[in-house]
Amino acid sequence: MEMQSLYLLVPLAPLVGALAAGLFGNVLGRAWSHRITIALVAVSFFASLVIYRDVMAGHLFNGTVYKWMSSDITSFEVGFLIDRLTVMMMLVVTFVSLMVHIYTIGYMEDDPGYQRFFSYISLFTFSMLMLVMANNFMQLFFGWEAVGLVSYLLIGFWYTRPTAIYANLKAFLVNRVGDFGFLLGIGLVLMVFGTLDYQSVFTNAHNYVNDMAPIPGVSVGLLTAICILLFIGAMGKSAQFPLHVWLPDSMEGPTPISALIHAATMVTAGIFMVARMSPLFELSDTALSFVMVIGAITALFMGFLGIIQNDIKRVVAYSTLSQLGYMTVALGASAYSAAVFHLMTHAFFKALLFLAAGSVIIAMHHDQDIRNMGGLRKYMPITWITSLIGSLALIGTPFFSGFYSKDSIIEAVGMSHLPGSGFAYFAVVAGVFVTAFYSFRMYFLVFHGEERFGKEHHGHDEHHGLAPGQKPHETSWVVTLPLILLAIPSVLIGFITIEPMLFGDYFLDAIYIGSNHHALVEMREEFHGAFAMALHALVSLPFWLALGGAVSAWFLYMKRPDIPETIKRKFSGIYSVLDNKYYFDRFNDWFFAGGARGASRLLWKFGDVKLIDGFFVNGSARLVGMFSGVLRGFQTGYVYHYAFWMIIGVSALLTVRTWFE
Amino acid sequence: MIFGYPLLSAAVWLPILFGLLVLATGNDRNAKMARTIALVGAILSFLVTIPLYTGFDRMTSDMQFVEMKDWIARFNIHYHLGVDGISVLFVLLNSFFTPLVVIAGWKVIEKRVAQYMAAFLIMSGLVNGVFVALDAMLFYVFWEAMLIPMFIIIGVWGGPNRVYAALKFFLYTLLGSLLMLVALLYLYHQSGGSFEILDFHRMAMPSLSAQILVFIAFFMAFSVKVPMVPVHTWLPDAHVEAPTGGSVVLAAIMLKVGAYGFIRFSLPITPDASHYLAPVMITLSLIAVVYIGLVALTQSDMKKLVAYSSISHMGFVTLGFFIFNAYGMEGALLQMISHGFVAGALFLCIGVLYDRVHSRQIVDYGGVAKKMPIFAAFFMLFAMANSGLPGTSGFVGEFMVIMGAVKANFWYAFLAASTLIFGAAYTLWMYKRVIFGAITNDHVAHLRDIGNREKLVFVFLTVAVLGMGLYPLPFADIMHTTVNDLLVHLATPKVLN
Repeated sequence: MEMQSLYLLVPLAPLVGALAAGLFGNVLGRAWSHRITIALVAVSFFASLVIYRDVMAGHLFNGTVYKWMSSDITSFEVGFLIDRLTVMMMLVVTFVSLMVHIYTIGYMEDDPGYQRFFSYISLFTFSMLMLVMANNFMQLFFGWEAVGLVSYLLIGFWYTRPTAIYANLKAFLVNRVGDFGFLLGIGLVLMVFGTLDYQSVFTNAHNYVNDMAPIPGVSVGLLTAICILLFIGAMGKSAQFPLHVWLPDSMEGPTPISALIHAATMVTAGIFMVARMSPLFELSDTALSFVMVIGAITALFMGFLGIIQNDIKRVVAYSTLSQLGYMTVALGASAYSAAVFHLMTHAFFKALLFLAAGSVIIAMHHDQDIRNMGGLRKYMPITWITSLIGSLALIGTPFFSGFYSKDSIIEAVGMSHLPGSGFAYFAVVAGVFVTAFYSFRMYFLVFHGEERFGKEHHGHDEHHGLAPGQKPHETSWVVTLPLILLAIPSVLIGFITIEPMLFGDYFLDAIYIGSNHHALVEMREEFHGAFAMALHALVSLPFWLALGGAVSAWFLYMKRPDIPETIKRKFSGIYSVLDNKYYFDRFNDWFFAGGARGASRLLWKFGDVKLIDGFFVNGSARLVGMFSGVLRGFQTGYVYHYAFWMIIGVSALLTVRTWFE
Repeated sequence: MIFGYPLLSAAVWLPILFGLLVLATGNDRNAKMARTIALVGAILSFLVTIPLYTGFDRMTSDMQFVEMKDWIARFNIHYHLGVDGISVLFVLLNSFFTPLVVIAGWKVIEKRVAQYMAAFLIMSGLVNGVFVALDAMLFYVFWEAMLIPMFIIIGVWGGPNRVYAALKFFLYTLLGSLLMLVALLYLYHQSGGSFEILDFHRMAMPSLSAQILVFIAFFMAFSVKVPMVPVHTWLPDAHVEAPTGGSVVLAAIMLKVGAYGFIRFSLPITPDASHYLAPVMITLSLIAVVYIGLVALTQSDMKKLVAYSSISHMGFVTLGFFIFNAYGMEGALLQMISHGFVAGALFLCIGVLYDRVHSRQIVDYGGVAKKMPIFAAFFMLFAMANSGLPGTSGFVGEFMVIMGAVKANFWYAFLAASTLIFGAAYTLWMYKRVIFGAITNDHVAHLRDIGNREKLVFVFLTVAVLGMGLYPLPFADIMHTTVNDLLVHLATPKVLN
């Protein structure tokens, strides 16, 4: 009983905060708005900790909060499923959210929309918690769309900027494309299983392994269809190729939300969802293959784009895309726990990298171009060290958290035998080099080398950037404290948790792996502790690739900056493909957005205006008018006209009469 | 009957009486009194309908709160009223909107105030009459009478092209109604001299072709009102020319009357024809969802855009009816109620802008959020509801209909679910151009945010939209028995031999 009120407290506390700051922000003022929201998110975090201890003691929960709706014999409910997967997500979400809340005090200091911002991020926390705590598909969809809404609101937070409101509409619509598939997947689940409750669906799924999907004209397995449709939803939310296009643009939002929503939590919802659905995905190798290939494409090709970005946030954004690809590949290889493990470590180090980027942006007076930075380590030591930690974790340096999760993914993919696993393995291994290269390119350009800030730069927004001669300085403690607090798990969490999460029985109840998929089992046999794993990695390919990437970045951007310029000139074709992000945005704008607008105008002008209104409606009106015009002609008002017609009429009648007699 | 007085008669006649009373205040010197009386009347009329919900017996699909008196004994026509689990909701929805419309027009309408308020009150009573009439002739009288106040509202308080729009509206709907009258007379004849709608439900029909003809006659009347493609083009014109209150009632209530007709007449009276023609109905519904959804995208007039969005959303209603399962049917009914709230709210939002800038063109706006943040927040909520966001009422019906459509045929659901993309695209694109961005012109720069009167209206609608989105059970609960019985009835062939 007591625990159940705690379950409720976790999502509701941030909701109350959101409502307080959103509805009464003006009354509360800035300070009280952030105090209340931060306190309530902290409450949520500590409650999650208590629940974590309880869950670890073996107390799982699956129950209804209230009945939302019923129809036929189905009841649609709002309810919680509290198991180890849920509670891990709850901890990650509330912890990162708490850090971001604190950080926001510093980052949004001068913004007129201060209270609104706190309201939104608390609302996001609520939505995300409802998503991860759901015990049924409908509530999952609720949370799914709700986080999408808050993401929309936050990307467009600076709503007077044309780029921001373009990006948020784009993000919402691209996500809607994913949700379109997601909702149809849910529809199939409801139709076949008669319920949307996870537990009943999962326990009955194996009865449908050989069934075909009830889709007329398409011959595909039922579970394959369900899984792929659900995964299309994940492709939208977790920005997988080809629905990835919204994520880089989402960087238009303020940096704290890039960390919270577009790196640590919301974009991992798709990964979480697939892991949650493991009892379904395990029954369809086709779907798993599909997942793996999509993830591999994203992991490698989005990484390439990170290399040529000059906007500090966009580098991190492309690295997020690529890392989400890694997680997705792991899902496809049935290494759900590795995916979720990487989700967790990534949440810490990527939130750290984003918040550090934000700290740099503050110091640079909102100039985000890394070509205008350099040598910042002297001025911002905390940001520098924490960024270095984040980058080392990201590229998979042994003993850092990212190493354990990423290496596990690579190993798991290597052991997969599904179609496409060869390509996926190549993609994730090659991706290691790419990741290290762009991460350290950014790191060196920002923190080392020549100080390029404070110069006159032309054609640039005069509100941004340091004035000539002005020096950057370290940001205030509300900004650096979250950096430090995030740096600690970025280093340690992998070493501590790999054994229970990946090879122990942490996810025993939550994640199901079919007996035909034994990547994790094999890995468990080879695992001899976290320490040995890191040592062993020193003689493995990924480590040398990562080192190679970092060293190349150092050589190319610190020692010989002329070489990248030469490469850019020599290979201008490849460069412009990358610079145009493989032309996806252009194609989408032209084909989908332009096409829809064109079709709309055409259909309207032709269908509604010309055909229905022009021809039928007004046409029949004209027809009536014509008839009446003819009839009116008879109403001349001259008696002799009427008499004439009368005579004709009478004689006609008489003629007819005589004929028929 | 509860508390000893005839509730349904009260729901019908109380607003009409108050309407006449308002008319009696005469010219605009007494405008203040006219407004006050209208508001009191509207609120009272809403309050008398509340016992219909609280006192409703959910276990039966029989008609409740029945009143039965002779009217024209010679033709066996009765004053027969009653509600079941479906119609009761629409009486409430209609009565809920009347006070809102009165408040919304409080300051905006300055000319012929009494007549304006009276028209809405009288219309509200007549619409309630449509929903509660159990005698076909009585229904027909209310059905036709209801057109008159709306015709006047558009024709008198409307925009520059109001006469064309009013006439189009009137002729379109009248044409359909006449065929319905023919069908009713045929049914009267077949039933051996009864105008009881419930007798029509029970009685067998001589042949499938007879059913089909009756179905088509009803279809002509109801499809125009819904409106279904291709007889929808009167709606954008009517909305554009109608004053705000007129648009609100048109979208929130009038469109529901057509859909209600399908439930009360077409489906139960001609179940076999309904099955036979279901593919046609489903096709028309899906065209409404997809084609109209696309057409809405490039509308430059906000009212036209929301009008097209209404047609697209009503496509879900007719789709839900004709896939013949509980998800679809209940989803359709919930969609009707939700669409009332959401479309009504959107027209009020556009009205708020129109009152200030006197333009409905999207290009005349931009950056409104800067000057009207509170309004922008309300508008955002309703725009999201129109995009079917979970947690708002707009989600419930669409979700259920899509779930039902998957059951019927996956591809129906596939096409219907495209609204997830189109609906969001046209609504949020409009929102973006109107509300977001930099301030584009002087009109926008001088906007002032909504006042308490406008806030009040929006708060009521917010409660409705969010309440229904977060907890639709009370709306669905009351209709279960009736819907299930209707589905059983529909599955039983009623052709003789």
